Amino acid sequence: MLHKIQNKAIGIAGCGGLGSNCAIALARIGIGKLIIVDFDIIEQSNLNRQYYFIDQIGEPKVDALEYNIRRVNKDVKVEKHHLKLDSVNIPEIFKNCDVIVEAFDHAAMKQMIIETVLSEMPDKYIVSGSGMAGWGNNNDIKTIQYDKLFICGDMISEISETLKPLAPRVGVVANMQANQVLDILINLM
Amino acid sequence: MKIILNNTEESFEKDILTITEILKLKNFVFKMLVIKVNDKIIKKNEYESTIIKDGDNVMILHLVSGG
Repeated sequence: MLHKIQNKAIGIAGCGGLGSNCAIALARIGIGKLIIVDFDIIEQSNLNRQYYFIDQIGEPKVDALEYNIRRVNKDVKVEKHHLKLDSVNIPEIFKNCDVIVEAFDHAAMKQMIIETVLSEMPDKYIVSGSGMAGWGNNNDIKTIQYDKLFICGDMISEISETLKPLAPRVGVVANMQANQVLDILINLM
Repeated sequence: MKIILNNTEESFEKDILTITEILKLKNFVFKMLVIKVNDKIIKKNEYESTIIKDGDNVMILHLVSGG
């Protein structure tokens, strides 16, 4: 069953805490293709949760993530875009994806991509993350489904000055997203 | 009226309500929302003018920052 995911393409919208960890998980299980998109550059502060290394600080996230994916699984095709996603370029960049992973940090961007996919690309599956700041409360993290939209997280824990996004909880949600992607792909087969 | 709100059947006393009225009745105070009524996305400037009636399928999703 699992070998069939070699023909599947997944869009990763944002390569921060959610996107980098979700992409690596999908690479490890042998996904066919990842389309990774991010405009940002790696900073020291990202290393508390994002799948990058000290010697990659200053590099564009899409370049470093492509490199890290290749170190895990060189058979994964990687298409990278170093740009900011918006409601105009999302339908074009992700048109050949089987599932889109929403992996932004700002709620306004999460809203933008969900509205864009639901209205412009109604046949696409989208797996989003919302509510993962802080620590503990393992059992509050869940997945809610609305038709082809899935939301992973606790739905309420927003980042703030006192509530940071940290590797354990962000990693849980990123891997839940990867797990949901895999489940969608297997159900499509 | 009875509607489906976030995958659950809910009853309201009135026969029609706007999105703004439903948000107030349900005490949904989050700022960043995605609202879908019967497969149509409703933007913020349409909350006042969008009427919800019996049998509608409504998704009100709130999003918080972090990732």
